[in-house]
Amino acid sequence: MSIKKISETQPESFEFSKDNLQETENIIKQYPKNRKASAVLALLYLVQKQHDNWIPLAAIKYVAKFLEIPYIQVYEVATFYSMFNLAPVGKYFVQVCTTTPCMIRGTNKVLDVCKKHIAKNQNELSKNKLCSWTEVECLGSCVSAPMMQINQDYFEDLDEQKTEEIIQMLLNDKFPKPGSYRNRKNTAPEKGRTTLLEVKNA
Amino acid sequence: MLSDEDRIFKNLYNDFGWDIKSAVARGDWSQTKELISKGKDWIVKEVKESELRGRGGAGFPTGLKFSFAPKQVGSRPHYLVINADESEPGTCKDRDILRFEPQKLIEGCLFAGYAISAHTCYIYIRGEYFREGQRLQEAINQAYEKNFLGKNACGSGWDLDIYLHYGAGSYICGEETALLESLEGKKGLPRLKPPFPALVGLYGCPTIVNNVETIAVVPTILRRGAKWFASLGKPKNTGTKIFCISGNVNNPCNVEEEMGVLLKDLIEKHAGGVIGGWNNLQAVIPGGSSMPLLPKNICETITMDFDSLIKAKSGLGTAGVVVINKDQDIINCMARIAKFYKHESCGQCTPCREGCGWMWRVLERMAKRDATYKEIDLLYDVTKQIEGHTICAFGEGAAWPVQGLLRHFRKEIEKRCHGEPIVKKSPNIPYLIDQHLLEKDSA
Repeated sequence: MSIKKISETQPESFEFSKDNLQETENIIKQYPKNRKASAVLALLYLVQKQHDNWIPLAAIKYVAKFLEIPYIQVYEVATFYSMFNLAPVGKYFVQVCTTTPCMIRGTNKVLDVCKKHIAKNQNELSKNKLCSWTEVECLGSCVSAPMMQINQDYFEDLDEQKTEEIIQMLLNDKFPKPGSYRNRKNTAPEKGRTTLLEVKNA
Repeated sequence: MLSDEDRIFKNLYNDFGWDIKSAVARGDWSQTKELISKGKDWIVKEVKESELRGRGGAGFPTGLKFSFAPKQVGSRPHYLVINADESEPGTCKDRDILRFEPQKLIEGCLFAGYAISAHTCYIYIRGEYFREGQRLQEAINQAYEKNFLGKNACGSGWDLDIYLHYGAGSYICGEETALLESLEGKKGLPRLKPPFPALVGLYGCPTIVNNVETIAVVPTILRRGAKWFASLGKPKNTGTKIFCISGNVNNPCNVEEEMGVLLKDLIEKHAGGVIGGWNNLQAVIPGGSSMPLLPKNICETITMDFDSLIKAKSGLGTAGVVVINKDQDIINCMARIAKFYKHESCGQCTPCREGCGWMWRVLERMAKRDATYKEIDLLYDVTKQIEGHTICAFGEGAAWPVQGLLRHFRKEIEKRCHGEPIVKKSPNIPYLIDQHLLEKDSA
């Protein structure tokens, strides 16, 4: 479960890179004038992208100034939403879905693999500092359970052995192929498909 | 069984490709201009006559919702907001629409936007669906290139812009007013209703919030006619629906079926049956984690539509069917769901914030055979204290599954509740209070 722990070591300052400054303009343009505050989620994502997948306090101050809203409003948002990391995470951030539909299909085995190969506790960096893992709530991929998300990609239809292979690749600084690990076609039934058998592309 | 011809989402499994060319070949964006030229009232009337009910969980009639938007645009602009914050455990239907049928959604946005006089549409997509969001953005860009969006969209004379807005991992933002708060750049705390978003919504302007699936079926309804849609399913529960069948089945899958399909058919025919055979079935959660579970004897005959499931004291919800067989510990399964709600409660209303954690702790004790007999009634009492005493429906969503467990599996629980009252034992039982408070480093 994600506990919002704020990192003890913090960089002194934060500023958007030139590319990201450009990007902020595109984002703010999406919202009506005087409603710049709407962009706060998107800007915090940008911060995470630029800053090794976590948000330092300096960046929260920076975003507040940037959007001309109170510091506390950005701080509230950064602590409320579970996808904002306020402390460093691994270059490969493994999020294992543990909610009931995944649980009854054996997510515990996936967790055991993470505990064994990455780190004993969640949010702890692996020995080579590349990986960390955490338990998360439903990731919305229940028919291909158990599953996990690594950075932005979904890894579905896992079992103990497949998870082990994936984690080993990550620890060797390689990114495995996302998607189903039982080679099934998206969310179609694996065997004995019953629908959409005769439809042609018009 | 529904014929393939009548299925709306023909590319549900991505057999044909998601790009705009294949989508147009499948019939999207055909006659869009002619349909829009029939006028706003016609679109609303047609959706009303199709008896389409919202696919996001509550099942509110969509046509009626459209008609709540003010007829004339006053000083404040109207907004259309699409709820793609799909996070209900057991549900993964919107993800497939976003990935493989984005044009259906985009075209639906144009119809809905026109019907409620909105020039701006925000699609609020959950942050975890990053790849799906990228895909949707690409699809939106393709639609702009073809002039299906933007100024004079699709030659209809109506201007519509669609923007994507990513959430950041909060279940409560699927509640419509919390979603609007989040869209305004705040914490996702639900608002008191009334005023309803149709009059005072995003930025205080009239706003209609709809689920992805609801909007994505609108173009097909308009093209094939309200009569066709209403002829499927049951009266007041019309049309087709994507069911997500997960859990202990041989072939978990998403499948589009008629409303009112037999639950047993869904499990046995489409999902390859329960692991260990039908007799190994223990219970089914019919509509995502918020809906009370159904024991096996009800599962034999129940049909999957809003009204039949309400009669069975459950609900269709998002149609995320979670099958639980006898190899699972049902109390443990429900304790995990209670933990989900404890984690996701936004903390605004006391009954929900405190009650969800309370329910979780009691259930956890029950699963570990540490609970006392008295705690069964206590648990029921807690659920009753939450239900109906919160700003949004999250309270009900958290309380109902526990009530369902107590209703159908009380005997199972009674067998386990012979523990001594905890206070008699050491007061230092870790799960008496929230675990994380005990950890030194997070205190």
